Amino acid sequence: MSDVVLCVPACEGPVRKACDVTGVTAVVASSGRLNEIASLEPTDGFAGAIINASAFPFTEAMNLCRQLRSRERSSGPVILLLDHYQLDDLTFREDLFDDFVVGPFDVSELATRLRHRLRRSGNDTVAPRIDHGGLSMNLETYQATIAGRVMDLTYMEYELLRFLATNPNRVFTRETLLSRVWGYEYYGGARTVDVHVRRLRAKLGEEHAHLIQTVRSVGYKFGTSNEFDVS
Amino acid sequence: MSLMHSQAQYVLRTVEERGVRFVQLWFTDVLGRHKAFHVTPAELEDALDQGMTFDGSSIDGFSRTSESDVLARPDLTTFQLLPWYEEGTGIARVFCDIVNIDGTPFDGCPRQQLRRVLDGALAQGYNFYVAPEIEYFYFSSASDAGRPEPLDRGSYFDLTTDDVASQLRRRTVLTLEEMGIGVEHAQHEDAPGQHEIDLRYTDALTMADTVMSVRHVVKELARQAGVAASFMPKPLVGVQGSGMHTHLSLWRDDHNAFIGDGPYGLSEVAVKFMAGLLHHAPEITAITNQWVNSYKRLMPGGEAPVGVEWARFNAAALVRVPSVKPARIDSTRLEYRSPDPAANPYLAFAVILAAGLRGVNGDYPLPGEGEVVAKLPQSLGEAVDLMAGSELLHETIGEHQVEWFLRNKRTEWDAYRAQVTPFELDRYLPLL
Repeated sequence: MSDVVLCVPACEGPVRKACDVTGVTAVVASSGRLNEIASLEPTDGFAGAIINASAFPFTEAMNLCRQLRSRERSSGPVILLLDHYQLDDLTFREDLFDDFVVGPFDVSELATRLRHRLRRSGNDTVAPRIDHGGLSMNLETYQATIAGRVMDLTYMEYELLRFLATNPNRVFTRETLLSRVWGYEYYGGARTVDVHVRRLRAKLGEEHAHLIQTVRSVGYKFGTSNEFDVS
Repeated sequence: MSLMHSQAQYVLRTVEERGVRFVQLWFTDVLGRHKAFHVTPAELEDALDQGMTFDGSSIDGFSRTSESDVLARPDLTTFQLLPWYEEGTGIARVFCDIVNIDGTPFDGCPRQQLRRVLDGALAQGYNFYVAPEIEYFYFSSASDAGRPEPLDRGSYFDLTTDDVASQLRRRTVLTLEEMGIGVEHAQHEDAPGQHEIDLRYTDALTMADTVMSVRHVVKELARQAGVAASFMPKPLVGVQGSGMHTHLSLWRDDHNAFIGDGPYGLSEVAVKFMAGLLHHAPEITAITNQWVNSYKRLMPGGEAPVGVEWARFNAAALVRVPSVKPARIDSTRLEYRSPDPAANPYLAFAVILAAGLRGVNGDYPLPGEGEVVAKLPQSLGEAVDLMAGSELLHETIGEHQVEWFLRNKRTEWDAYRAQVTPFELDRYLPLL
């Protein structure tokens, strides 16, 4: 199933971040017109839609929802973003959307609702878990197991493993990992990454330590294949 | 979503999923003794959010007349389940920084003293890495009656038959690995019952936490096996004591700043760091060797250093420049050999770095290889006197701690001097 989410009329700030966190691809239909939307639609359809009703006239937003609903092909769950004073206008229109979030928009709330709705609609590409070579990570409960054995990870170990495992077979430099996973300067500098990789390998155990491979004079990659792309 | 917030969420969720019943909040007093209090999951959210208030006046080195309440604030990146408890009695730990009620760093908190020195190094672009070798003894019991009996009769690198001590050391290493603590190797040391665990380098703050964890795990697993482990620097007469040789390197932008074209492949930074370390070594010894007993290890004839000198091979030198394999040039480092495993690791790493940085920023000459330029203090009394006059220590660990430390250590030294020892009775009573 598709992982493309339709955003109307924009995908900025918290909406963009929520899409990133959820791991979906956002496409933007700024006009909110059906022909623009149809031109953006991937062959396997939209996974869902986020309509920001606080960013254009409310009745137009409702019309768009109605049009999406009456299309032959489903657009997936529709999440409405609105201002609190628009809440009353939702009365008798509950059938036009699947969920709503009231501004100011919180990234974690939006991401949670988006993920929840996508999963309820049977979209399993938005996986709440990662499975790879004996490693299984449940992204909702923060639990990781290796060959069925629970791993006790610290937060940064978990975040590093999650980042590597969501991007298997790609090589990352220490600097990239430091900025993408830590995002702040730590006493360890770039060697912090080495230290954490070592800790993760220790926790993965000898048998599975090779899941994180060292790519000489470049950095690290996750996965068992010998092919990789340098990013 | 802030980093702090997502860390807290991770911790709370893990506690819930893994059925954690208690979370231990760990910290250390000025002497490096391990302190903890336990909170239930119900209390945890509040503790993570606000910190936990406690009366600091009962903790060594924390006491102040006017303000005694302080706050333990968990460092969420250190949250870790403790693997040696049985399934179903989940217990986790998290290290804490101690802060004043108004949120400012508390002067008496060794962990933050180290942070402060590390911040100073970072401001100059340096990351400080350390890798200690921790030696300790297993004894058949911890009872205070009678002499301590070493648990085995092995010696250096001996592959002893599978006795209790070897099994225990192996279990300890596996437990440490489960906690994500990298062990380079573990071996039988020189003396009977003496073992060594060498840790893989990390940044100094992580390593100070790790040393606290290692000491705890070693003792806890020994206790579970019905024996005792001790990090006392010199528990037995006539055999080697236990040291904590510490390997040091500075890194800048992902490169080891100690690599260069100088003697033994050292850079100018490394040479200057070594000069600073040698220059300030006598005055920081009260921190790296803080007990009366520490000075019974620092004796001539053993592998422990006595004179202030550097060398490549001499195991009795204070600073050694270890050989580096050509393919592993990144492991270029200095080894500082006086510290013992009963030191406060936070303060020890802080003063070692501060001494080295003085060298990097100053203009101390490096003595010739093997040239003894000074002596390390020979007793706690001497060490404390040197500390009292040390501007470096006042600056590095602060007035509050120096003052408390001097008072505490002078009392200890005076109490020791007042003893009439079995040595004196055996030797003098028949003669004099």
